[in-house]
Amino acid sequence: MDDLSDLYQDIILGHNKRPHHYGELNPHTHEAEGYNPLCGDRLCIQVREKDGSLEAAGFTGEGCAISKASASIMTDAVKGLDREGVAKKIGEVLELLTGREEPVVDLMEQGDIAALAGVRKFPPRVKCATLAWHTLAAALSEEPRSVSTE
Amino acid sequence: MTSSFPIDRIRADFPILSRTIHGKPLVYLDNGATSQKPRAVIDAVSRFFSEENSNIHRGVHYLSMQATDAYDRARERIAEAIGVAAAREVVFVRGATEAVNLVAHGLAERFQPGDEILLTVMEHHANLVPWQILAQKRGVILRHAPLTPEGEIDMEAFAALCGPKTRLAAFTHVSNALGTVNPVVKMTRLAKQCGALVLIDGAQAVPHFPLRIAELGCDFYLFSGHKVFGPDGIGVLWGKWDELKSLPPYQSGGDMIERVHLTHSTFREPPERFEAGTPHISGAIGLAAAFDYLEGVGWEAMHAFEQELLAYATERVGNLGGIRIIGQAREKVGVLSFTLATAHPHDIGTILDTEGVAIRAGHHCAQPLMEFLGLPGTARASFAFYNTREEVDRLVQALEKVKRYFD
Ligand SMILES: Cc1ncc(COP(=O)(O)O)c(C=O)c1O
Repeated sequence: MDDLSDLYQDIILGHNKRPHHYGELNPHTHEAEGYNPLCGDRLCIQVREKDGSLEAAGFTGEGCAISKASASIMTDAVKGLDREGVAKKIGEVLELLTGREEPVVDLMEQGDIAALAGVRKFPPRVKCATLAWHTLAAALSEEPRSVSTE
Repeated sequence: MTSSFPIDRIRADFPILSRTIHGKPLVYLDNGATSQKPRAVIDAVSRFFSEENSNIHRGVHYLSMQATDAYDRARERIAEAIGVAAAREVVFVRGATEAVNLVAHGLAERFQPGDEILLTVMEHHANLVPWQILAQKRGVILRHAPLTPEGEIDMEAFAALCGPKTRLAAFTHVSNALGTVNPVVKMTRLAKQCGALVLIDGAQAVPHFPLRIAELGCDFYLFSGHKVFGPDGIGVLWGKWDELKSLPPYQSGGDMIERVHLTHSTFREPPERFEAGTPHISGAIGLAAAFDYLEGVGWEAMHAFEQELLAYATERVGNLGGIRIIGQAREKVGVLSFTLATAHPHDIGTILDTEGVAIRAGHHCAQPLMEFLGLPGTARASFAFYNTREEVDRLVQALEKVKRYFD
């Protein structure tokens, strides 16, 4: 596969066309807005926490295929995780997207998240992929606020 | 196509145009962001550093006099090229952004609470944010003229927004995001009838057609050198002599003073009053060389060539399924903004880049305009006189590739 087909894999294009959990999540317990001032992408992430774990996650907003697919994949990936699990997942994904080392992706373990690794060859687009994850971290932080990937 | 336009020779004047990107010949369609530089400009800058480099206005030695002379001549050359009689009305600045800030800073004290500044919704952030800061400081009300669905200023609304409280009208000559050429003479006349000062942002106009600034009737006109085939870090603020003279200094320090005492100083007249410190000498020389080059090519021929290219691109791109062209003003420069139903502008930009086609994607530093249009952003191909029909074809092929991924 060339770099471009690595970036726009069917998994990414599928999530872009039919994003999972797109729409307001009601009721929700936490939310935050993420914004990429460079390109104007804007995401709102909402989650519902129950008995210590994330029962559901949803998102709304405007963005490119990469930011939308990343948010969509995230809402699948964090469902059912407790705080520690979510933090670990966010850490893993950010490492996958921005770490210095070429990542070893385990398709079996990572599922659709592995498809996001294609963005590494397109440095201007990395922020599109990280936006949703930073925003989720902000939503779950002590003081939910809007985050900006600049 | 204007067969007489020597496009091959012109392209050979721009070294960067023979580069390849990702193994493919570069198709540079991001001229609205910055333009490429002809050999004549590169050589003028390089010759200055090789043969004349020295500081200006300070040395008695030969080189300093030579550099001072070159800097002063650049100012005269540029004044002539943009159609203003007096070189002393041409202030060298860093670019369009600094020019707006200089004027906003200089005018701030004159505004009273309740005064109005008239802008338009199509302004670049550079001609919005400095006025917002002034407005917050001085209690000034900002008004914004809306656009028609074609992307032209709604002139009826503009006229209605000009009133007795309008102290300043500041608007762009050409929209960077839509390519619309605004009827600036008429807009200036309307604003003047209300007694307002008029500032025109010419950043996207100067690269596209010949200008006689003094004939527009405005008080201030400004542009950036890097968009008009000159160096970056240099730009021009032109002001009517009396208006410039009435502005206080912007920055202060050396070169702008008349006499310095320990506790106070007196300031020089424009343009030196606004050029504190060592200016961008090589930039001014390079910008003058850019105007020399453009006159050599011929403004009329350049403009005609670019208009034909725009018509061709509008038709070819417009015929692709799912494309919506944003900005269909009757009078435009070579800017083609568009959206694709299935793909976000950034995805378009990334895929085009892999084909060697450079465009801009996003809000084009005109977020209020995008909001007004209800769009997250657009993809923008912006042309210069060195672009070709073959490059438009390459753009179309690359867009077909985008559609293969996303449709
Ligand atoms: C219409 C307009 N005004 C102002 C500017 C600001 O120019 P600069 O960044 O060179 O100061 C731009 C640049 O994109 C522009 O397009």
